[in-house]
Amino acid sequence: MSALSIEALRVTLGSAEILMGIDLEIDNGEFIVLVGPSGCGKSTLLSVIAGFEQPSSGRVRIAGRDVAGIAPKDRDIAMVFQSYALYPGMTVRGNITFGMQCRGVSKGEQEAAVERVAKLLQVGPLLNRKPSQLSGGQRQRVAMGRALVRDPVLFLFDEPLSNLDAKLRVEMRMEIKRLHQRLGTTIVYVTHDQIEAMTLATRIAVMHGGEILQFDDPQTIYDQPANLFVAGFMGSPPMNVVPVRLEAGDGALVAIAGVASGDGQPTVRMTLPQRLDALQSWIGKSALLGIRPECIALGGNAPERITAQVEMIEPTGAETIAVLNFAGTEIVARMDAESRPAVGVPAEFSFDLRKACLFDADTQRRIA
Amino acid sequence: MAEAAALSRASRYGFVYPVLIGFAVFFLVPMVVVVLNSLRSFEEITQSSVLGLPRSFQWRNWTEAWSGYCMAGSCTGIRPYMWNSLVIAIPATIVSTLIGAINGYVLSLWRFRGAATLFAIITFGVFLPAQMKLVPWAITLRNLDLSNTVGALVLIHIVGGISFTTLFCRNFYVNVPLDLIRAARVDGADFFQIFRRIILPLSPPILIVTVIWQFTNIWNEFLFGITFSEGANRPVTAALMALNANVAQAREYGIESAAVLIAAIPTLLVYIFGGKYFLRGLAAGAVK
Repeated sequence: MSALSIEALRVTLGSAEILMGIDLEIDNGEFIVLVGPSGCGKSTLLSVIAGFEQPSSGRVRIAGRDVAGIAPKDRDIAMVFQSYALYPGMTVRGNITFGMQCRGVSKGEQEAAVERVAKLLQVGPLLNRKPSQLSGGQRQRVAMGRALVRDPVLFLFDEPLSNLDAKLRVEMRMEIKRLHQRLGTTIVYVTHDQIEAMTLATRIAVMHGGEILQFDDPQTIYDQPANLFVAGFMGSPPMNVVPVRLEAGDGALVAIAGVASGDGQPTVRMTLPQRLDALQSWIGKSALLGIRPECIALGGNAPERITAQVEMIEPTGAETIAVLNFAGTEIVARMDAESRPAVGVPAEFSFDLRKACLFDADTQRRIA
Repeated sequence: MAEAAALSRASRYGFVYPVLIGFAVFFLVPMVVVVLNSLRSFEEITQSSVLGLPRSFQWRNWTEAWSGYCMAGSCTGIRPYMWNSLVIAIPATIVSTLIGAINGYVLSLWRFRGAATLFAIITFGVFLPAQMKLVPWAITLRNLDLSNTVGALVLIHIVGGISFTTLFCRNFYVNVPLDLIRAARVDGADFFQIFRRIILPLSPPILIVTVIWQFTNIWNEFLFGITFSEGANRPVTAALMALNANVAQAREYGIESAAVLIAAIPTLLVYIFGGKYFLRGLAAGAVK
């Protein structure tokens, strides 16, 4: 049975369409990440699931039950907020037990539940402190404890890590993942951070402009983005996009770059792995070629060796990021740390095109 | 820091401090005169003038003013009128503050269609001059059969105070993160549980401000007091008026001074004990 099912959900605020037709089907035990830039509607979607906002049309079912008109407290959900939203006047224990107090759970059960959650999240020594006496990471833990104690059908996380510093964020990210693996709970998690999405999710829904552009497992999203927006949003640095013309040659599909630039640059021919017969209609037409930065290496012995001007390099220690001018287009290469091409002069690179994507320049959709 | 440093020593001692001290003296002189007169005997004042140091301390003025002096035909001092004022100010302060807190809570954290308009209308009361409300209140009190009762003044001050208390509380609660309410709603708390368990514990800064403001205003209020009460039902501000109106005999400046000072004690105490919260609370509301 699906833990959450959303059908044709729309939210309009005045004349503005915040969500325009969302469909989502989530199985038990899944970790779903809603990711997108700010204003894409992901937080609104979460608010509708939680029951804070009412949809203009469409249906939301939690564990098979239509929740229209059902109050947040009766939806069998728990939520972790970006601001943690810990009750400032209560101790950590009070924060964790507040929901149970409201629901009239017996004192003994409350104690047992606090015990269990405190052990799980290692907040035992903090139970009698006030939220103002906790660090950011500790507050985050308590906020999760407050959600976990409820043992609901569905957990909702609203950008829970964005208020933490970078180091703590990575730690808590791993902790959330570990928690999910251990408890097998169903989670809907909102973030604008594509790394969080990639690392945590069993499936990712990439949102933009009030729509879900793609809903797939992380590797599919990364390797086969549905359109240019997803290709650009997921991955850092983003996927390189090079205008090319497609041709047939030697029974294989060939992309020619540098045709459009027209500034005397030599054109570059690249043989693509895509099947020629599937793309017959594109022969002779322009398209956009997508190449992930890590598919470009200095030197190497891949079949496609290309010369490009090195404009700048950024060594990060673990790897070297290089900005290249390739047939009139600026592209980014992500290479191993030892690759240090000289800046300002051309160098030879090898392109691994096995995972290259092709996009329709007009519709922005991936064609292959 | 930069501004403080920019103010040179010379300009501080040569200009700023003298001016500030001058203002302080200017404001304090009337108070000093009243205090001194409250300690001088009737003869002493009538033989010289109201300006002068007491030859010997006359505490009799204070006891007379409190419980002996005759005004408007009854020799009770101002004690019963102080009591009237307390009976008016305390419930009116508490009730108007509570209503303001709930109004502010609803208007800021349970936004509904028209909330902003409603807030604007309520706040408009802040700018309504008191004299404009005299006739409507006269009619209302007559219809409610409350004329010349202490209850009438309580009602007037509750209703009149709601504009202020709502304004204060709403502007304080508007900075409370909405997520707090949402978290509590998921936890299963209802409207009043959220108010009592989560919002009220956050509220002391603004409630102190509101209580000080309301108590001082209600205690010092004069127009409604003198208009809608008579005789034994008067609040102390209106009663002091009667004290001054004893034209048949020579004016007892000493007793009048003592009475005025006694009448000022409650608000003074409120300021002394709550003043720092008042300033802090106002600043807290303004900045964050």
